[in-house]
Amino acid sequence: MSMWEYANPKRFMGWTAPVLPWSFGLAMACLVVGLVWGFFFTPDDFRQGSTVKIIYLHVPAALMAINAWIMMLVASLIWVVRRHHVSALAARAAAPVGLTMTLIALFTGAIWGQPMWGTYWAWDPRLTSFLILFLFYMGYIALWEAIEDPDTAADLTSVLCMVGSIFAILSRYAVNFWNQGLHQGASLSLDAEENVADVFWIPLLVCIAGFVLLFIALVLMRTRTEIRVRRMRALEARARRA
Amino acid sequence: MIALLRRDLRLAVRAGGGFGLGLAFFLIVIVLVPFGVGPETEILTRIAPGILWVASLLAALLSLDRIFALDYEDGSLALLATSPLPLEGAALMKALAHWISTGLPLTIAAPALGFLLSLAPEAYGFLLMSLLIGTPALSMIGTFGAALTVGLRRGGLLLSLLVLPLYVPTLIFGAEAVRRGANGLDATGALVLLGAVTAGAFALLPFATAATLRINLR
Repeated sequence: MSMWEYANPKRFMGWTAPVLPWSFGLAMACLVVGLVWGFFFTPDDFRQGSTVKIIYLHVPAALMAINAWIMMLVASLIWVVRRHHVSALAARAAAPVGLTMTLIALFTGAIWGQPMWGTYWAWDPRLTSFLILFLFYMGYIALWEAIEDPDTAADLTSVLCMVGSIFAILSRYAVNFWNQGLHQGASLSLDAEENVADVFWIPLLVCIAGFVLLFIALVLMRTRTEIRVRRMRALEARARRA
Repeated sequence: MIALLRRDLRLAVRAGGGFGLGLAFFLIVIVLVPFGVGPETEILTRIAPGILWVASLLAALLSLDRIFALDYEDGSLALLATSPLPLEGAALMKALAHWISTGLPLTIAAPALGFLLSLAPEAYGFLLMSLLIGTPALSMIGTFGAALTVGLRRGGLLLSLLVLPLYVPTLIFGAEAVRRGANGLDATGALVLLGAVTAGAFALLPFATAATLRINLR
């Protein structure tokens, strides 16, 4: 019994069916608790006023936007090395979710930036690298859509994901070189003593947990859909031959 | 490999090749810019480095889909794949041929067009340098993009969507080098980083290109 057995499509469908409602439920619980707590039961920041509360959407979304790409990279690598179809489908399923997270991060950032920086958009390194990440997601999804043969599509998108990752990291540092930033430093780092004051920190953690669970639930659901689409195609092909 | 290079170059120069096309496109973009932003020389001087770089990037993009499409259609790509020459080498030569037929003419033409945009006199050397170092990376990255989309009937638009984000680091370092040069700042850092991007692209992407070609020829 190895972990790879869970990647068998039939088994995958088997164990995800009971997991899915739980992860959705927990995600909803975390998000409701975290957001309500964050929006209504935390004090206003003394400089930013109530706009600070957008952190509960912005930071988790930005975090998941990057981690979704990393998950796609890992899934692509697994597909290239072990050729597990579920892995390729999971990468495909994660892309639109990651794209949405990127958009949420960009939009909430713009809404926050207008009162705080006096502008919706600035060519700041962080903002710019998120915009570039958005373009990478679009290219990746477009390539999936463009190719008909599923195995070829999975292979090509995996290569694109790997090459794209290198260039995405490169772009991240290139834009740093190109322009100095407005954006504040990291709100989340594991080695810092205190990142954000505790009153904001704990609801933020709850929100992050909610976003992670939501991402897992959405990816599982979309992967299940992809597997069903695959099965439908196989059935159709068999019916046509008969 | 040399024979492949010469064949590709000959095809590019003959009628129907993309040789003059990129260059003409470059010229037209540069001529159109002053109509768009107005003829004041100060503004043109300020934006000239960026415009020259973006225009040469777009001109290089224009002829990318020709790299593999014709060979794919008439079957010579399959022949190349079965030939004793490794496909990685063929990919490298394709990129090189693309560079010689578009990147190099663009580099040579750029100073003349910089004159049209009243580029700062100190910047000419940096413009030439940065294009010479940077355009090979454009060709190599573009070859990879062309390999990804070779099997598609209408891959042109998708090709630009895939390749343009990959061009970001090259564009940033290239344009930054010229801008710093124009302002009398030290541009070595940008040029060195640009060289690093090019070297990295040439070290890694032939393998990725060959892998995608093998997938597409399966």
